[in-house]
Amino acid sequence: MSKKNGLILLLLLIFLLVVVVLSSCIGAVRISFSELMSMFSYYTGLSNTARFQDQQAAVFLNIRLPRVVLGLLVGAALGVSGAVIQGLFRNPLAEPGLIGISAGATLFAVMMIVLELNFFRALLGALGAYALSIAAFIGAGLTTLIVYRIGMKNGKTNITSVLLAGIAINALAYSFIGLLTYMSTEAQLRNIVFWNLGSLGGASWTMVSTLLPFVLVPVLVLPFMAKALNAFALGEAQALHMGINIKRVKFLVIILATMAVGASVAVAGVIGFIGLIIPHILRMAFGADHRLIIPGSALLGAALLCLADLVARTLVAPAELPIGILTAIIGTPVFIYIIISERNKRHIP
Amino acid sequence: MIKVRNLQYKVGTRKLVDDLSFEVKSGELLAVLGANGAGKSTLMKLLCREIQPSAGHILLHGVDLDSYKLAELARTRAVLSQHNTLSVSFVVEELVMMGRYPHFDQRPQEQDLKIVQQVMEETGILHLAGRDYNTLSGGEQQRVQLSRVLAQIYDTQKACLLLDEPTNGLDLLYQQQIMELARSLADRGFCVVCILHDINFASRFADKILMLKEGKKVAYGHPIEVISCENIHETFSIKVKLMPCEGYSCPLVVPATVGS
Repeated sequence: MSKKNGLILLLLLIFLLVVVVLSSCIGAVRISFSELMSMFSYYTGLSNTARFQDQQAAVFLNIRLPRVVLGLLVGAALGVSGAVIQGLFRNPLAEPGLIGISAGATLFAVMMIVLELNFFRALLGALGAYALSIAAFIGAGLTTLIVYRIGMKNGKTNITSVLLAGIAINALAYSFIGLLTYMSTEAQLRNIVFWNLGSLGGASWTMVSTLLPFVLVPVLVLPFMAKALNAFALGEAQALHMGINIKRVKFLVIILATMAVGASVAVAGVIGFIGLIIPHILRMAFGADHRLIIPGSALLGAALLCLADLVARTLVAPAELPIGILTAIIGTPVFIYIIISERNKRHIP
Repeated sequence: MIKVRNLQYKVGTRKLVDDLSFEVKSGELLAVLGANGAGKSTLMKLLCREIQPSAGHILLHGVDLDSYKLAELARTRAVLSQHNTLSVSFVVEELVMMGRYPHFDQRPQEQDLKIVQQVMEETGILHLAGRDYNTLSGGEQQRVQLSRVLAQIYDTQKACLLLDEPTNGLDLLYQQQIMELARSLADRGFCVVCILHDINFASRFADKILMLKEGKKVAYGHPIEVISCENIHETFSIKVKLMPCEGYSCPLVVPATVGS
């Protein structure tokens, strides 16, 4: 059983590496595979000869590689959070957006863009270009906290209440976003739209290093929740009977998922469907064991988002498609296909 | 063994479980009977520490239930709940392996794999091992769940097994099989508490019966002492007749016809 899982994870990792090489080579400045390998061995000190042009290296190191890495991080964050949130809420339709993480992040980012309040100005002064990301992250954290508190009674979290509270808070946040959009000037509006559609453009190493801990911690810690989330599939009471500390699992999963998704929405805007679809694809292909689904979603999410970004920046080159639109256009038909095939599967006795 | 002393559970001023005391020794099967809303399920939740009593104590092997660590408790007692739906589907073998979760950290040990096989054989679901749980019939699903629960305490001496209406929604054959299995587990030294609706099943398989009404004890003791027209009328508000049955010490309970 675990040997099979190991093999699948290895295959996913190989797929991820292929995508990374493809994304590194293809773009406005072409880099051949041998040039890429030469760059790799030159910069890691394995070789002294540089069989590539300086311009290629400059583009690769300063523009393309940070973008690829950012894509990997955001994809892994969305994939892994989707997997654990679906497991925790015992609902295969749940996704991080459902409990208000994305809405909260968006609301705060839009507030920052439109309102130019003193608080935000101070933030902007202190943090410069990161202010928007930090504001979005605070927004994600706050809404999740509110949703979580509403869903809690006598120290127990009621999952259904959390979901319903998530829907309510989402609606509220989006109505405020609508109001702010209505108030905004033309320049602000463009900024909002761009942010709302999601993009990995403008990726830099500083963005990567800001995001890294927020993604790395959840990706490394969440696989240890696999057994607990398997038990959750039976029900919360059943998980408790099996000796699972359900309070701690709920707390950790929600905090870590917020951390990963909040931070990635903060740097890349709203990128939908990855968190929803990746775990589904894996479950359909290999079964529901979270010991595979959680790390697998991180790998496949990273690979697919990177691939989507490759398409987004090459399809209409030299222009770029917003990646959020692309993931939705590809994701929705895939999702509909999943719904139909799952429905058909249930009818087989 | 389970010892319950003056157990009480209140919601507001309503007492859902009121001053219950009883004990279940190792090797005993206790059947809990009562009408809907009599407090059976609340009692079950108290026994498996899902909720905390308002007053009174539950002792498991002489130690207060509260002082057990979660994992330790899971290795000592297993619970079969009434509703078992899976949010995502698992293969039967994986599901039974979940019963072993309290016993291993990340990877199942050889002992765990062995027990899973043994349990599946014992409950007669070995041929279902590779099947998708959600495609099984209700009876098969219930047996898979029972295997999972059994796997959890299979190698524990004098473990406790709590069954909440294990025969619900099953046909007669499966009901009989599940009860026979519960009986054999008790005979093996487990201490089994089982909520039932069928009085005849209770008297046939249980060592002791506890009858509840509005959270209070109506009767408690050996089936032959407890099964009487008065007790059953008090518990279920129905009129019944007792009929002696060949080969059993305890009479059968049948509904009294209207006008008799």
